[in-house]
Amino acid sequence: MDALTENWDLVLDGFVKTLQLLVGAGALALVIGTLVALFRVSPVPVLRGTGTVYVTIFRNSPLLVLLLITYYGLPQLGINPSFYWKVVLAMGLYTGAFVAESLRSGINGIPLGQAEASRSLGFTFGQTMTQVVLPQSFRNVVPPLASVFIALTKNTSLASSFGVAEATFRMKGLNNDYATERVVIFLGIALGYVIIVEAISFGAAMLERRWRAER
Amino acid sequence: MKIRRTKIAVIAAAAALALAGCGDAGDDDGGDGDGGSGGGFSPEVVSDASFDDGTRTAEIADAGTVKIGVKFDQPGIGFKSATSDTPEGFDPNMGKILAAKLGIEPDKIEWVETISDNREPFLQNSTVDFVIASYSITDERRQVVGQAGPYYVTGQQLLVAADDDSINGPDDLSGKKVCSVTGSTSIKTVEEEYGATPAGFDTYSECVEQLQSGSVDAVTTDGAILAGYAAEDPDNLKVVGEPFSEERYGIGYNKDAAGMCEFINETLEGAFEDGEWEAAFDDSLGKGGIDLPETPTPDPCP
Repeated sequence: MDALTENWDLVLDGFVKTLQLLVGAGALALVIGTLVALFRVSPVPVLRGTGTVYVTIFRNSPLLVLLLITYYGLPQLGINPSFYWKVVLAMGLYTGAFVAESLRSGINGIPLGQAEASRSLGFTFGQTMTQVVLPQSFRNVVPPLASVFIALTKNTSLASSFGVAEATFRMKGLNNDYATERVVIFLGIALGYVIIVEAISFGAAMLERRWRAER
Repeated sequence: MKIRRTKIAVIAAAAALALAGCGDAGDDDGGDGDGGSGGGFSPEVVSDASFDDGTRTAEIADAGTVKIGVKFDQPGIGFKSATSDTPEGFDPNMGKILAAKLGIEPDKIEWVETISDNREPFLQNSTVDFVIASYSITDERRQVVGQAGPYYVTGQQLLVAADDDSINGPDDLSGKKVCSVTGSTSIKTVEEEYGATPAGFDTYSECVEQLQSGSVDAVTTDGAILAGYAAEDPDNLKVVGEPFSEERYGIGYNKDAAGMCEFINETLEGAFEDGEWEAAFDDSLGKGGIDLPETPTPDPCP
């Protein structure tokens, strides 16, 4: 147990960085995902095409490849943000594709009649989306979105090999110093991830309950 | 369906290309300064090797082949270029010396790439017989695996951009971004003792690339490794400061393997005396302009 108790400050600092990555990449993914989902259901063919291309590219590329492109491609173009922002960028773009598809399934789950009704009432496409369709679809997509963010939480561990001293980085460091306590270290760090994931699940359950009551 | 399958194939091909591109870049970095002509080192193979029954050394000698874990990404220490079948460097050379004493020709050695993270598991699971992978001897490690030696003593130093005058030693590192391999002792030392911001990557070559692109301020690890990189790109990189830690490279073996430590220590002492250790060094790190260190004294076996 020494490995974790003597280094709790490092482990805690690691998880703070994990959370920062999660929040940064998650926020970017939500913004991009919502935009792309709107593109994909929009009546304008160009936008629909753009959305489809985005999802095809970013959902199908391995996250590691996106990270490598961000780390070795961007600096060559003269763009060189800090490691944190590089990871946020790569993970946000990647996760955004999954968010978009989750949202799209939610939008498609709203009966077409609702959109037709609001259009016939004189709402624009934007108003139909923001006032009628999206609020309802968000309810439907809470469970799949929670899964997407849980996956993102675990994906952030890739940053340990990309210059960010997050939880998995700390785990590898401790493993190197405390060769006899590897199992304890693995379990301790895994527990940290479980706590984050459980918090996301809990938040999702709360949202589901609250929004169900409104229906 | 057909269309979709084609699409997937296209994307897969693109991804493969992207990956291949990255691989090539890395190899170019390492290939040149490594003195690609290496591999010339071949110690004299003992023809009548015999060991006591029941010892692990006897088993290996009988099998006629040995598995040795070495690094593949450290020029001068243990490096394998994409075009070469076998790794080259001081560590593989030490492996050849051990194998020779077991009566095994260099081409019967099975080289296994071993990264810092999997050295103990590889030994515990007997994935390899020896780990010779810039493997510093520590008390903690000796509780789970055997470490004989040292066969080389080096120290941690700093690699910085050639035009960087702000870092001249570890005391200048406070608040600087310093790169090393995730989980290594070096990265811990600069963070805990000198207040640097740690940046971990999988390999030293990635760290060097981050230094070249200006994303980190310095790269730290054992001086011997850094000297190899500086020698490859002297216009942009330089090693600064005196070594600020002592790393004693040992040869890892499975703790349950009877007689292993005695065998390794005898082999090392023999190699120190008959000049094979020096030849192994000259063939690898010596080519990179590093002076021959004094011969270390192996620790007594437990």
